[in-house]
Amino acid sequence: MADMLEVSGLTKRFGGLVAVNNVSFSVREKEILSVIGPNGAGKSTLFKLIASFLRPTSGEVRLKGERISNLAPHIAARKGVVRTFQETTIFKNMSVRDNVIIAHHLRSKASLVGFFLGTGTAKADEAAFGQSADEILALLGLASLAGETAHNLPHGHLRALGIAIGLATNPSILLLDEPFAGMNHDETMRMVAMVRRLRDLGLTILLVEHDMPAVMKISDRIVVLNFGQKIAEGTPPEIQANEKVIEAYLGSEDEAIGL
Amino acid sequence: MMLSVKIASVAVFLAIVFIAVPVLIAASGRTDLYYTLTSVALLSIASAGVWLTFYIGRINIGQGAYALMGGYVSAILVMNHGWSFWPTLPVAGLFCAAASVLIGLPILRLRGVYFAMVTLTLTEVARLLALALPITNGAKGIVSIPLPGALSVFGLTIIPDFATLQNPRLAFYLLAVTLMVVCFAVMYRLVHSRIGKLCQSLQQNEELASSIGVNIAYLRVIAYAVSSFFGGVAGAIFAAISQSIYPSSFTVTDSVNFMLNCFLGGLGYVFGPMLGTLVLYFGWDLLFQTGEFQLLIYSGLMIVLMLVLPNGLLSLALPSRKS
Ligand SMILES: Nc1ncnc2c1ncn2[C@@H]1O[C@H](COP(=O)(O)OP(=O)(O)O)[C@@H](O)[C@H]1O
Ligand SMILES: [Mg+2]
Repeated sequence: MADMLEVSGLTKRFGGLVAVNNVSFSVREKEILSVIGPNGAGKSTLFKLIASFLRPTSGEVRLKGERISNLAPHIAARKGVVRTFQETTIFKNMSVRDNVIIAHHLRSKASLVGFFLGTGTAKADEAAFGQSADEILALLGLASLAGETAHNLPHGHLRALGIAIGLATNPSILLLDEPFAGMNHDETMRMVAMVRRLRDLGLTILLVEHDMPAVMKISDRIVVLNFGQKIAEGTPPEIQANEKVIEAYLGSEDEAIGL
Repeated sequence: MMLSVKIASVAVFLAIVFIAVPVLIAASGRTDLYYTLTSVALLSIASAGVWLTFYIGRINIGQGAYALMGGYVSAILVMNHGWSFWPTLPVAGLFCAAASVLIGLPILRLRGVYFAMVTLTLTEVARLLALALPITNGAKGIVSIPLPGALSVFGLTIIPDFATLQNPRLAFYLLAVTLMVVCFAVMYRLVHSRIGKLCQSLQQNEELASSIGVNIAYLRVIAYAVSSFFGGVAGAIFAAISQSIYPSSFTVTDSVNFMLNCFLGGLGYVFGPMLGTLVLYFGWDLLFQTGEFQLLIYSGLMIVLMLVLPNGLLSLALPSRKS
């Protein structure tokens, strides 16, 4: 399968600290690749580098062969790399449906002036976004909550809304930062099923996660970071058997790596 | 609201400002009220600009700077370059919009109290510049500005020469409320189109907005430029009405009042700044009788109002909007 995203020699220094150190890997089309690692390993930083929220000290990121590092975040989003956040970030005072509609912004054909004047193109955009938003909400099981103000949603649904917002941008690759954080077992299993469904629909997904059992269940492949460096890469069984990984997690409970 | 209700409210509003008010003033002979109401209309235009910056999540205490700038631009064009007043109106607005783009590019990166403090300083900087620059004529200001002349398009006189009118106060009133109506119509349309949603997305979460592809820097600058345009236009008409402009014509106090007008009317409602300006302006005047206690009572009432009605006066009349 072709590579969707290629990370090569990516490095980020914060003063003396090397948060991400010469990391290379690639994400294949239509796979779920997870990045795991102990706290402070540099996972979130890696994500921010890929989504162009941070500029790398060195190295680069390519999407379908095109260099996307060093762009502004909204340009990276336009190229197809979209990040949903670790913190449940949504537009909390908008309705659920408006959250998803506004996320279609990238696809608008009308200009700001067009929207102001209410031109035909703008009206067509509005109609198309509304329909697409309803489809996405249905897909993520949020249809019945469409009119609800976002900040009223329970935790699990908030996370789903975050993903709905990401989907609305029609990304080539969706970056999910800790999609299972703070979820109970049932919610996690539902979310796992949902992410897999998205993959089956043709989406490429890169995710960062702490919840090892979920990672082992969901991932096609896994990359392990420790102190900013990649220490392992492979399928879930390979990672579970990897000496370096076990060492990195030493001191934590065995179940932490799904053993 | 249903469409027919909306149309009816707009019609009633227009009938009040364009017919009822002039008729009542003529009947009562209180022509001084024209000046008051004209001021309210103009201040509400400047406040509408401030409201728009609130709408993208920025506390703007710098509108006085643009009102002052607009006043000087119009005055200088009329006095030094022999322009008619009318073209100076849009030019003053555009000049302020352009200046605000240059100023906004660096400062709009700031948020919260940092942006607020910088904009507060801006008003003071504008005042000091007006004092110092040769073209603004220092503390003496620019005085004896002629009243607006006639405006004709294709030989047809749309607006007569104000100097020839029996009642220029009425003319200024009609000019000010017409511009106010246009200003709020534009604001209403902005807020209820996709642009309003985009502004809200900035207010609620800039990082997420940019991760879904919104060019936040661009949108912020556009909103700030529209805001400053309104400030400049209001300032230009003020200069024309008072036929003068001084460095102290708009001060930090005015900037703060523009912001308070928005708070009082309600940050969630497009028409908030209009109501807020009306109530604040008349409230301040009514309290005049309390003499030395005026400021104390005024401040006290403001605090109570904000505690009791954190979403502004309009939250009494209108249900809070869903989004
Ligand atoms: N903006 C920043 N400035 C300085 N240090 C940072 C910054 N962001 C992250 N770090 C540091 O980089 C390291 C990696 O952090 P992070 O990427 O958040 O790790 P993870 O998500 O794996 O827990 C940590 O030591 C963190 O303190
Ligand atoms: Mg993290």
